[in-house]
Amino acid sequence: MDLNLSIDEQQFQDELRSWLSTNVPREWEHAREQSLDVRFEFHRKWQRQLFEGGWAGISWPKEYGGRGASLMQQVIFWQEMARAGAPQMANVLGLGLIGPTIIAFGTEEQKKRYLRNILNADEIWCQGFSEPNAGSDLAGLQTDARLDGDHYVVNGQKVWTSYGWLADWCEVVVRTDPAAPKHKGLTVMLVDMKSPGVDVRPLRQMTGETEFNEVFFRDVRIPAANVVGKVNQGWDVAIGTLMHERGSFGAGLQIIYKRNMDRLTELAHSTQRNGAPAAKDPIIRQKLAQCYAEIEIMRLNQMRAFSRISSTGVPGPEGSIQKIFWSELNQRFQQVAQELLGPYGQLSSEADEAIDNGTWSYGYLRSRGNTIEAGTSEIQRNIIGHFVLGLPRSY
Amino acid sequence: MQFGLTESQEILRDSARKFFAGECPIAEARRLMETDAAYDAKLWSKLAEQGYTGIIFPEEYGGVGLGIVELILLLEESGRALLPGPFFTTVVQAGSLIDAAGSPEQKKKYLAPICHGETRASVAFLEANASWDPADIHLEASADGKLTGEKLFVPDAAVADTILVVAHNGVFAVDSKAPGLTLKPMPGMDLTRRQYSLKLKNTPGEKLANPAGLPRARGIATAALVAEMVGGMQRALDLTVEYAKTRKQFGKPIGTFQAVQHQCADMYLETESSRSAVYYAAWALEQKAPDAATAVSIAKMYASDASRTVGNRGIQIHGGMGFTWENDLHLYYRRAKASETMFGDATFHRERIARQVIDTSTFVAKTA
Repeated sequence: MDLNLSIDEQQFQDELRSWLSTNVPREWEHAREQSLDVRFEFHRKWQRQLFEGGWAGISWPKEYGGRGASLMQQVIFWQEMARAGAPQMANVLGLGLIGPTIIAFGTEEQKKRYLRNILNADEIWCQGFSEPNAGSDLAGLQTDARLDGDHYVVNGQKVWTSYGWLADWCEVVVRTDPAAPKHKGLTVMLVDMKSPGVDVRPLRQMTGETEFNEVFFRDVRIPAANVVGKVNQGWDVAIGTLMHERGSFGAGLQIIYKRNMDRLTELAHSTQRNGAPAAKDPIIRQKLAQCYAEIEIMRLNQMRAFSRISSTGVPGPEGSIQKIFWSELNQRFQQVAQELLGPYGQLSSEADEAIDNGTWSYGYLRSRGNTIEAGTSEIQRNIIGHFVLGLPRSY
Repeated sequence: MQFGLTESQEILRDSARKFFAGECPIAEARRLMETDAAYDAKLWSKLAEQGYTGIIFPEEYGGVGLGIVELILLLEESGRALLPGPFFTTVVQAGSLIDAAGSPEQKKKYLAPICHGETRASVAFLEANASWDPADIHLEASADGKLTGEKLFVPDAAVADTILVVAHNGVFAVDSKAPGLTLKPMPGMDLTRRQYSLKLKNTPGEKLANPAGLPRARGIATAALVAEMVGGMQRALDLTVEYAKTRKQFGKPIGTFQAVQHQCADMYLETESSRSAVYYAAWALEQKAPDAATAVSIAKMYASDASRTVGNRGIQIHGGMGFTWENDLHLYYRRAKASETMFGDATFHRERIARQVIDTSTFVAKTA
């Protein structure tokens, strides 16, 4: 165990820190006032800036636009981004899930074609996994793909597709062999969202926003060259993607959590409670300290996981604890924020009196989705029970 | 940067695990638990032979000179084995305090025999108010180093040769046979670590040279206690998963049922998260990092709640068996409760964290 930075890591940190100090945009606190599209363009611009500075997809191989950074440099990267109060990047799924999947399973042509455009945010990606009848039981999905010459013809429906409304490309899991056992007949493909027959419809969430979509495929022709990995072995590819989603994706959330914690601490000092700042209230202090500690433990769990991945090469099922931890922590945190802010916490961005443009009412509602998206807490606990602890399969 | 164990750290951990499994299986812990002081002289000399009694202390005093991360790994294993007796009290609590607060002569006198396995020691801190805050210590030594007053919850005092008494005007090494000193057992939940009340009446003590070392010693002891708790949690988890795999109801192992499986998953999450927190705290202490005190409080806060919860879940999954004396879980559960309050419970440490990161937040200045 050695948490001191090596000479290389120290140089990396110094270089990044100095780059961030002159490049992190300061005006973005007000971005929430803008519409979803305007906000998205803001994040896209920021990602381009990172890319041009050589800071997007740092762990990716150099020949595809990354810098071949070690896993520990990635840890440093997210810590520094959080420390600098930097915004998130736009192409969240492309950077965190789909790029790493293409790197692990894709052909040379696919890597050349897609990776750079993920990094510079020229092409935004979404992920077509869940279906109306295949949520937690993902392998039960029914979207059908039949080979016709050198194309697959795809019919079916995907749902809960984040960023579907503005995505250029989508990683889909489809059924290529309906006769095979459910895990054995699946294939992963890359779909151009502008293909004829792709129809994206917005799904309004409980937050009022339409971050998610339904995506319909009607006789959509996908070149066979767009298959990732082997035909009918898509389950392994999909699990590879999901391992990234559960295991390492959470690292980027530090940025948001630390920013939220800092802001809530600030509000605790400026909010009055029983004639004194709320930060002096013994109960509020307990709750804030609990949040602070849990955010720190999330970071430490993540660091240990990265160390383990750097010795084994791939994220494993233990990653499920990261997913449970970040999602349930955010729900507890948002509740503490509500307790601190009282009725102000419920105000939406339209109210003149809203604190932080209604961020807190949005955050509270949005956090309910955390324990559902990317594999429900129940599924994560099944994974730990069966794959980590060796208990019998429960379903 | 690497948040995994080095090869030599893994060797230390594995050999400790083997040592405790061989020398202190749970049957031995149960046997000692029924004795007066839960202490066994033979086991003690074996601990010394392994170098465990001097693990983190300088070689010039007969120690092994390893770091705090190594200490944490050892304590995780002793916790897993539910090692009874004064090892934690002597080596971790008293040893660290002498190391941090004693002069070279005092270390030669008090620390070296601990390293060599020749003596045992304890620390008397708590008073009637049961507060772990040093500001709540009232006992005062007279100008000539005589102590009069009462200390409570003094661990393993009956087998200690030296008791380090924390007064508000210094830390004093007191011979356990010194005049005016009387001990009385305070039987509690944890049968493996006995506690005593300590009365002092004009009892002579030797003042340790550097009382400012107290917080550092407390930090090390707190992190080591958390490691011991993590070992106990791991054992409770292992026992519970094993039981869930073998116990059958409705024709299948109860671990097949998600109501059971999810509790096991939570035990795993709580154990692993406590482990991450204490590894970091050990590292921060070793490096004397600026956030070391916060890191220790985070670890103790989280593990204090987690070790209790892990025990609750383990007993529940064991059903009626979990409620029997025969089952080992309650032994860990008792230790977990004692450890939960030792050096401050979760509430105590949340307040500490608040003082360190809420009160000192840069926003205080900005909004003022």
